[in-house]
Amino acid sequence: MSGKREKSGWEHFEHEADVGIRGIGATKEEAFQQAAVALTAVITQPEKVAAKEEVAVTCTAPDDELLLVDWLNGLLYEMGTRRMLFGRFEVKIEGGELMGRAWGEKIDVSRHEPVVEVKAATYTELSVRQDAEGVWVAQCIVDV
Amino acid sequence: MDTKSLKKRSDYEWVIEPHGRMRVPAVIFGDESLIKAMDDKVCEQATNVASLPGIVKASYAMPDAHWGYGFPIGGVAAFDAEKGGVISAGGVGFDIACGVRTVTTGLTIDEVEPAKRTLAELLVRKIPAGLGSRGKLHLNKKQMDEVLVGGARWAVEHGYGDKQDLQRIEEHGTVSGADPAQVSDQAKKRQEDEVGTLGSGNHYLEVQKVAEVYDADIADVFGIREGYVTVSIHCGSRGLGHQIATEFLKRMATSASGYGIELPERDLACAPINSPVGRDYLGAMRSAINCALANRQMLTHLLRQAFASMFAKAELKLLYDVSHNTCKEETHLVNGQQKKLFVHRKGATRSFGPGDASVPPEFRGVGQPVLIGGTMGTASYILVGTCESMSLSFGSSCHGAGRCMSRNQAMRQWQGRDIVRGLEHRGILIRCPSLRGVAEEAPGAYKDVSEVVEVAHNANLSRKVAKLLPLICIKG
Repeated sequence: MSGKREKSGWEHFEHEADVGIRGIGATKEEAFQQAAVALTAVITQPEKVAAKEEVAVTCTAPDDELLLVDWLNGLLYEMGTRRMLFGRFEVKIEGGELMGRAWGEKIDVSRHEPVVEVKAATYTELSVRQDAEGVWVAQCIVDV
Repeated sequence: MDTKSLKKRSDYEWVIEPHGRMRVPAVIFGDESLIKAMDDKVCEQATNVASLPGIVKASYAMPDAHWGYGFPIGGVAAFDAEKGGVISAGGVGFDIACGVRTVTTGLTIDEVEPAKRTLAELLVRKIPAGLGSRGKLHLNKKQMDEVLVGGARWAVEHGYGDKQDLQRIEEHGTVSGADPAQVSDQAKKRQEDEVGTLGSGNHYLEVQKVAEVYDADIADVFGIREGYVTVSIHCGSRGLGHQIATEFLKRMATSASGYGIELPERDLACAPINSPVGRDYLGAMRSAINCALANRQMLTHLLRQAFASMFAKAELKLLYDVSHNTCKEETHLVNGQQKKLFVHRKGATRSFGPGDASVPPEFRGVGQPVLIGGTMGTASYILVGTCESMSLSFGSSCHGAGRCMSRNQAMRQWQGRDIVRGLEHRGILIRCPSLRGVAEEAPGAYKDVSEVVEVAHNANLSRKVAKLLPLICIKG
């Protein structure tokens, strides 16, 4: 269950009870976008989700890590209340503020075959960092 | 986990003596094989919990413990508000008041077996389950607040169940001290169509047969007979609970240093019980407990409708309803004195023994039913609370099997279709919208629930009464 491992993409990592999601990108914003794709991939294949509707998600937090958790939980809130799935994301971060957009469609159980409902993004294994080569990695465990 | 770092107190009790910032010892329940198989993280997290302000006696991990969020899943800890004790959103978890209820049907296996397939299809249609499902009710703001204050009592008052049901639910179906004003509009919005929905993941509705009775006298008191059919429901407070946990985790994580609390990890976010954040969380968390109780009550109503339409003689009686993700104010004996404590149970079930005033009168002679959920292919168990558990673990026992393998690993190892077929061959019907979901919940991805139950029994945390085996399992 992983996308490209190079400078941009997403992957899942192991956790005994739940799932770790990781976004990788050339910028912090891209890593956040890819982490959101990894979140969708816990539920369904992201490529199965058509970009029919656009939803805005904004959040503020005192540091990058709490901002990542807020972004992912903001998406879970929109998924839950709109009964939607999202497959494409765009993120801008200025200071401690994130302005995100997500594109998706209403859940179609027979087509999306949702595996599981994600309860929340958590602080476990949470990190947002830039490695020695300048690649950004944003990750945490999600509770399912 | 390496047993060398632990002091063996008995065959089933292992102790980490206080060191570093620990204020009390950590106690892990398990036999040598369960302890060895346990994640090192359980040890680390139980140790971290033991360092929190105001903790009383010890931090405990049940035999099914595994790596959780701040607290281990299977973690129990009690705090004294007068000694600066804390309340932790991580110590309750994301699915507040997730729990199990078991219903007896008055039907024998011979009566249900021929109709099993029809029953499975009916339950799939009747029980809203899985992502995107909606309940039968849409709640407006006023009704939402009534649910959050009233819990299962609200549901019964609105025609979803019998008055007698309330006697068979912890706190008679309604926890006091709920304050819906502390529940955000977002949390309420997430719940407006979700009352009476099952959810997904490890949640289920399972039709079971009583396969074995270990204690006939107590089984008789519980109304459990070998060869008869029961139904168990495992679910919690749905989107409302998840949202409350998410919001308070952040509030507690960002306010902890202001209260002079140094957090060993952010997920252990907590606040003094006697603080604005602590009080607000208590009011919100208790609302979520009531939400979960109403939810399970609504599902029971749907279940009764389904059974009534197929079996004229079905009589669905609630055996008991336990929540295994909570923080409850309870009175416990500490150093010879009765103390009011806030007991966190994260993936742990109350196990109150005979004589306890909070046990329903009809069970008071034997102790409360302790309901242990298995996985879709394995057994579930009914146990009974013990007096010993009061001094061992603040009256707590295990809650389930506990995973031993990640979801990704399970998905790589098994095909959902093979699991469904294999279980059907053994007479177990699985109904789930996603085959990948079935693979991720494969029975082999969990610890052996029988081993966990055996340890709980031998350690006197609770005592075995009956074993239930699945016939039909509806998953979200």
